[in-house]
Amino acid sequence: MPISRDDVKHIAHLARLGLTEEEISHFQGQLESILEYVDKLKTVDVSRVDPMTHVLDLKNVYRKDSVSPSIDPQAVLKIAPAAQGQFYKVPKVIE
Amino acid sequence: MNLHTLTALELRSRLDRGSVKPQDILADLRGRYEAVEKKVMAFARPPSFEYRDGAAAGALKGIPVVIKDNICSQGDLTECCSKILKGFVAPYDATVVERLKKSGASIMGKANMDEFAFGSSCETSCFHPTRNPWNLDCVPGGSSGGSCACVVADEAIVALGSDTGGSIRQPASLCGVVGMKPTYGRVSRYGLVAFASSLDQIGPITKDVRDNALVLGVIAGHDDRDATSAHMDVPDYLAEMEKDIRGLRVAIPREYFVEGMDADVRQAMMEAKAKLESLGARFGEVRLPHTDYAVAVYYIIATAEASSNLARFDGVQYGLRQTGGSKDESALVGMYKETRDKGFGAEAKRRLILGTYVLSSGYYDAYYLRASRVRRLIREDFDKVFKEYDVVLTPTSPTPAFRIGEKMDNPLSMYLSDIYTISVNLAGVPAISVPCGFTGSGLPVGMQLIGRPFGETDLYRAAFHYEQGTSWHKQKPKL
Amino acid sequence: MKYEPVIGLEVHVQLKTATKAFCGCANVFGSKENSNICPVCLGLPGSLPVLNEKALKAALKVALALGCQVRSFTKFDRKNYYYPDLPKNFQISQYDMPFSEHGSLDISLEDGTKHIRIKRVHLEEDAGKLIHPEEGADSLVDYNRAGTPLLEIVSEPDLHSPDEAYAYLTDLKLILQYLDISDCDMEKGSLRCDANVSLRPAGTTGLGVKSELKNMNSFRAVRLALDYEIRRQEAELGDGRLVVQETRLWNEKKQMTLPMRSKEEAHDYRYFPEPDLPPFVISASEIEEARQGLPELPKEKRGRFVASFGFSDKDAATLTAAKSLADFFEACLKLYDNPKKIAHWLIGPVSFQMNSRGQDIAGLRLSPAFLTELIDLVETGKISQLAGKEVLQEMLESGKPAAKIVEEENLAQVSDAGSLSAVIEEVIAANKKSVDDFKAGKENAVMFLVGQVMRLSRGKANPKTAREMLIERLKA
Repeated sequence: MPISRDDVKHIAHLARLGLTEEEISHFQGQLESILEYVDKLKTVDVSRVDPMTHVLDLKNVYRKDSVSPSIDPQAVLKIAPAAQGQFYKVPKVIE
Repeated sequence: MNLHTLTALELRSRLDRGSVKPQDILADLRGRYEAVEKKVMAFARPPSFEYRDGAAAGALKGIPVVIKDNICSQGDLTECCSKILKGFVAPYDATVVERLKKSGASIMGKANMDEFAFGSSCETSCFHPTRNPWNLDCVPGGSSGGSCACVVADEAIVALGSDTGGSIRQPASLCGVVGMKPTYGRVSRYGLVAFASSLDQIGPITKDVRDNALVLGVIAGHDDRDATSAHMDVPDYLAEMEKDIRGLRVAIPREYFVEGMDADVRQAMMEAKAKLESLGARFGEVRLPHTDYAVAVYYIIATAEASSNLARFDGVQYGLRQTGGSKDESALVGMYKETRDKGFGAEAKRRLILGTYVLSSGYYDAYYLRASRVRRLIREDFDKVFKEYDVVLTPTSPTPAFRIGEKMDNPLSMYLSDIYTISVNLAGVPAISVPCGFTGSGLPVGMQLIGRPFGETDLYRAAFHYEQGTSWHKQKPKL
Repeated sequence: MKYEPVIGLEVHVQLKTATKAFCGCANVFGSKENSNICPVCLGLPGSLPVLNEKALKAALKVALALGCQVRSFTKFDRKNYYYPDLPKNFQISQYDMPFSEHGSLDISLEDGTKHIRIKRVHLEEDAGKLIHPEEGADSLVDYNRAGTPLLEIVSEPDLHSPDEAYAYLTDLKLILQYLDISDCDMEKGSLRCDANVSLRPAGTTGLGVKSELKNMNSFRAVRLALDYEIRRQEAELGDGRLVVQETRLWNEKKQMTLPMRSKEEAHDYRYFPEPDLPPFVISASEIEEARQGLPELPKEKRGRFVASFGFSDKDAATLTAAKSLADFFEACLKLYDNPKKIAHWLIGPVSFQMNSRGQDIAGLRLSPAFLTELIDLVETGKISQLAGKEVLQEMLESGKPAAKIVEEENLAQVSDAGSLSAVIEEVIAANKKSVDDFKAGKENAVMFLVGQVMRLSRGKANPKTAREMLIERLKA
């Protein structure tokens, strides 16, 4: 199916990828040919097949509600791109 | 002494006798590294040859292990060979690392890989491409190309890789080493940086089958921290694989021996079949009718999961942060987009776009949901075969190692090089790649043995007896 | 034209488990920022979630208390969106197979009850917390809250006034408190509410364009925001404009709703099944077990209080309006078999003390044993009703038992004529006008004089005896 530049831009925005114009053209063509290839799935009759997310027949996997120690915040804050005190810092979020 | 050429079990007996100390092995590996690494470039960053003696004494006491750069080890850089994870020091050990350490192994360093395991050639690493030790102009395969290359180049004794669509087996085949993708749920994924959660498994990459069984025995088993980990006892693989393979029922799927297969690969497969027959295996031809859809299903499911798994790389908590972006967006969105644009390579972006697309509003049913249904049909194909057969024999890769750069501009042809390995991940079954010959130009060829869920023992048995009757695994590249 | 508001509420309630939903970090409020964190709730590369068994059990209780149908097969899904308080940039939530749906809540209104349908109740993880300092170009992120188990309770648009919304929230909160699964503290954010509101011409059944209201920090604020929004939409429609579908934030200072400043985009959450969590199968026997384990809920308790103790609907409602008060009442009842008297004290003097101190019953220095002892002293005539209130006051101050206070303060009721006659003489001497009034036939004047006796005796006089003695003395 044809993919427009706007489609690529929209998807890139959803994926928070800031693509250059050149990249958009590039991916437009590649996405189109990959989608064309995967279109072969349309020929399979799946009307009576349940989707499979998990290959193992596991269910009801829980953990007990008992506290385990948290990690030292410094172990992660020291590699943070920006921190203030014991907070992570990000560009101001406007609501 | 050439300790670096030995297997873990060979070193084990020398360590036990006291004729070798762990420090000797590391010193020897250092020499080997200094001699060949500049040609092979198998590591993500220089390893450490210091012996870190844990108090633990177990099956791997004193054995150095190389792990792929997507497996967390506490206090070490774990960057998935990506720019976006630059400087990420894991504050915890992956379960496999914890188990390796508990068995006495020391973590030597991290192997090169395709960025976030996105690739089949090890060319998408942000650091450098790894070269195939058999021909330095060729790729080692991927994504665990570094892990396989360092094992065959004797820069490592054993290594761990991860396999989402063939990322252990395909490079194992292209490098001439033994690589196992265990049953989904056999090895804990806790601490493996996720690519596609429903497909990923960690597995051993080794010089021979025995070492492989040894390492899997250490890392396998249930883990409370991974809800998809199976409650299944771990067999004594080393003991079990000694049992002969007379009467072992081996299936050859018709769909796997079609056009596109390299003539040398086909030849090696025929010889491997004959060898296994001579050892008492019984062969039959089967159908895996949905094979043709596997690559399509895989590229939908794997990229969809990846688009979500990799969303967390956004410049907030760790790794690369870039600011900027366009005027009509907030500084926050600008940070996200710039960080991810600069931080991800082309292949990662391509997959993130595809994965985002197939989940997006209006397309979910046509792509992701449909692929999840076809996935079940692929699994059912295997279920049927395993009612009558113990293992399935296929080539691991349709071609031997290809030249560096050859497929970089054609994503689809790169994706198709995983055609024989992908179904295995979709079905969640185990498979091993074992060296089974060489092409006319001297490149290794691997065969793949696929087993029923938790049938690793059958695979090791067949692979071990085959290996005992051949010498492919003893061949070494000249470096 | 006359419009009818159509309101649906989305309530988020944090579950009071020991640990977070998918990791072992402590689920507590008020810790130093980023101290209850681990690889899982930070969403660090390689980490994996495992569901807290207690969280699903607690969620099940809520679903059953709200009369929901529980699915035998449920799963988690990923809801994908980018926000800095969401460590993985997806939230583990439930999309097309919420563990429960189709419930209801009968809300109490001035003129009876109303049946409000509940669309679904599902389990998800909470996000972290963003702080926006006034100064500077940054926001700060604290992930302590990230991964806290969160229930989303979604009503159908069956509410038609801010008062109905208020009643729904009050009654829902009461049920959640009875279930003891959440602190339900809006100030701490353990209970949060968003509202969807639209207008339609009265008498029609379609749905108008809605706005989504957020940022209300109390039930009162929900009512005010809805009230404001309904008037705003009426004005828009009245002036011939259209209502725009948008998210609006309640501004407590300005007492109005304002559109969100950030650019809103069409949401595309790209839900898909969470591959890291195998599905959950809830058996009929588990559901039955959970049902058996449900405590008595407010409605049942009210009914029982009316039926068993002969309370008025109003008194039963007052006693059950907080679980702590109802529990206190029942604890008293075990010690002292007089429900009416206990109710009288709890609704009267004790409630007075709670209100004046701004405390609930648990915040008062009062135990069922202390209160029933006090009631007993009054009922056996050891102290007067008036002195009883004074003892209660003192008891809450000092924490001493009633008998001790009575003894120390010399508050025992005086009924013997000898001790009272001196007081009576003093009152008669000091209140000549009332004495004259009584003598002139105004019998009521005696009440005033009794009151004076009580005052002079600091409440110790037995009012019945005092009255008899006064009448006898004045008629003499």
